[in-house]
Amino acid sequence: MRTRTIKVDYLARVEGEGALYVKVHDGVVDDVRLKIFEPPRFFEALLRGREYSEAPDITARICGICPVAYQIGATHAMENALGVSVDPQVRALRRLLYCGEWIESHVLHVAMLHAPDFLGYQDAIAMAGDHPDIVQTALRLKKLGNDIMTTIGGREIHPVSVRIGGFYKVPERRDLVEYLPRLATAREEALALVRFTATLPFPDFEQDYLFVALHHPDEYAITEGRLISSRGLDIGLDEYDRHFTEEHVRHSNALHSSTSDGDNYMVGPLARFALNYDQLSPLARQAATEAGLDRVCRNPFKSIIVRAVETLYAIEEAERIIGEYVKPEHASVAVTPRAGTGYGCTEAPRGICYHRYRLDDGGLITDAKIVPPTSQNQKTIESDLRAFVPQYLDLDNDMLTWRCEQAVRNYDPCISCATHFLRLEVVRD
Amino acid sequence: MPTRKPKLAVWKFSSCDGCQLSLLDCEDELLAVAAGIDIANFPEASRAVVKGPYDVSLVEGSITTPHDAERIHQVRRSSKVLISIGACATAGGIQALRNFADVRELAPMVYANPSYLEILGKSTPIADHVFVDYELRGCPISKHQLLEVLNAYLNGRKPVIASHSVCIECKSKGVTCVTVAQGTPCLGPVAHAGCGALCPTFNRGCYGCFGPMETPNTASLAGVWAWHGVDDPRILRGFRGINAYAEPFRRESEAHEAPYSGEQ
Repeated sequence: MRTRTIKVDYLARVEGEGALYVKVHDGVVDDVRLKIFEPPRFFEALLRGREYSEAPDITARICGICPVAYQIGATHAMENALGVSVDPQVRALRRLLYCGEWIESHVLHVAMLHAPDFLGYQDAIAMAGDHPDIVQTALRLKKLGNDIMTTIGGREIHPVSVRIGGFYKVPERRDLVEYLPRLATAREEALALVRFTATLPFPDFEQDYLFVALHHPDEYAITEGRLISSRGLDIGLDEYDRHFTEEHVRHSNALHSSTSDGDNYMVGPLARFALNYDQLSPLARQAATEAGLDRVCRNPFKSIIVRAVETLYAIEEAERIIGEYVKPEHASVAVTPRAGTGYGCTEAPRGICYHRYRLDDGGLITDAKIVPPTSQNQKTIESDLRAFVPQYLDLDNDMLTWRCEQAVRNYDPCISCATHFLRLEVVRD
Repeated sequence: MPTRKPKLAVWKFSSCDGCQLSLLDCEDELLAVAAGIDIANFPEASRAVVKGPYDVSLVEGSITTPHDAERIHQVRRSSKVLISIGACATAGGIQALRNFADVRELAPMVYANPSYLEILGKSTPIADHVFVDYELRGCPISKHQLLEVLNAYLNGRKPVIASHSVCIECKSKGVTCVTVAQGTPCLGPVAHAGCGALCPTFNRGCYGCFGPMETPNTASLAGVWAWHGVDDPRILRGFRGINAYAEPFRRESEAHEAPYSGEQ
């Protein structure tokens, strides 16, 4: 009888603090726990009594990597509660800001956090010694995403321009048109990044996931849409709470999400790719095909290819939006506080991020609920490890631990968000 | 004879990861920085850990758990220079809003089983626990200021960081005053510089990401807001934001709390 324990006390190259514990007994995985010890920050409680207008700036502070996801999700929820509709160019500008965040966050993860696992480097800086072109290309792409966010939002981390009803200030057309030559170069660089990810060694590992993503009739959904799944779910945002539940388990300061039937599900790049494939641009679809992806990808390690494909798509979207941009006459529309409940959900780089707020007649928040993507993926990360570890029991503890970390990083987990993440512990007797 | 590269460590406590991301956001400088210093402990970016002691530690986040209250002492012991970065590390951060409530009442609003949580009653800055060599403000910090502070400490000089108000930054940029021109409440006159007067440039009032400047006259500013018709609950919320637990902002927000009515 042999028991092995794999422990990672502090998971690296993820955003936030987490640990992993895997216990293997006679070649069978007994227990997998993704422990999130990132301290709880109580955002939903702290929002009570604050004004509706404060929610975008407060919720942005949940995550420094994807603040725009929180700002736009909160803003849409408030606009939903207050019956506000915005100018089409304001809507397009929000999508452009979000494209900047997708580029910045995806490239950070693809080249700097995840690729080193596949190639056996401790970090991107060590990788840069042997692969200078990839790292330098990634830094240029990441900077482009950040610069777009800075032009629209004032700064890349916790931008200041988004408000309920529109923006505090909108950019001039010439300020955005300046990006077109850089975006044209970036499109070629993103294609090269997709080709690079396709050359990485992938474990033979597939799971039958329940994918959940936003869907919009007119576009690859980012900022808005209905919620759909690979098993035929199609609901409005106001039905989310009836179909998905959160559970508080002892080993995690992040709540675990599941469907109301108790099933785990997957959100993020693989889910969006599977559910909204036809809405990708022809170039992004072609790049995916050339990288060896079918219409549906069930190998979570290949999420690195899908992130690169989505980076390419976000660059093309940015070019399109800028090409069509006309500065709106008014940066925002007037908003009148009233009592109500509002829902917002957007596709953060890591997957859907859900917001629900209740307001009193003075516009003060009386109740808030925020479900970040990593909370929703936690159970799926654990189930991946349960299926994945038995295939690799011949590895020594150091290599098995690294493999487990890599499997967790498939999800680009954002622990800061989920508590709002990871140490690995593998126990083998 | 080659000289030893200085060792840098980056530590995280309760935070959003944005301030340490600022280091990775130095896209033009990152590889040059990595060539000049040994990034010895930076879990967000690397699996590799080089043991201490470290020449410089950057500390992000506030202290909110008994475990972290212990861990910060270990960080201090292994660091020659400790620099706290960002509003969480220098003032307790947005999560310090809970310092104005009873955390035992807040926890059940978010968690079904509050007894699973190991938390302290308050979110506190690093300097409340250990000696801090330098505090770099901001939510997030400015990456240019971060490079300046790192450069200064690694070369044995004082950082050149302006300590005047956001208001001065606005004047030097020639931005029209949002309070004078539009009556928009703005923390600019009492807020520490560093953002380049970002919010007024975006046609909105400063909300105090960089915390209070030295000796701010918050009461006078609250009077100006009141004159523009801002009521007490809004003044309270204005000071009770990103840097709510920084002493001058804390005192000013408490001065605008509703008087105790004697009713339950």
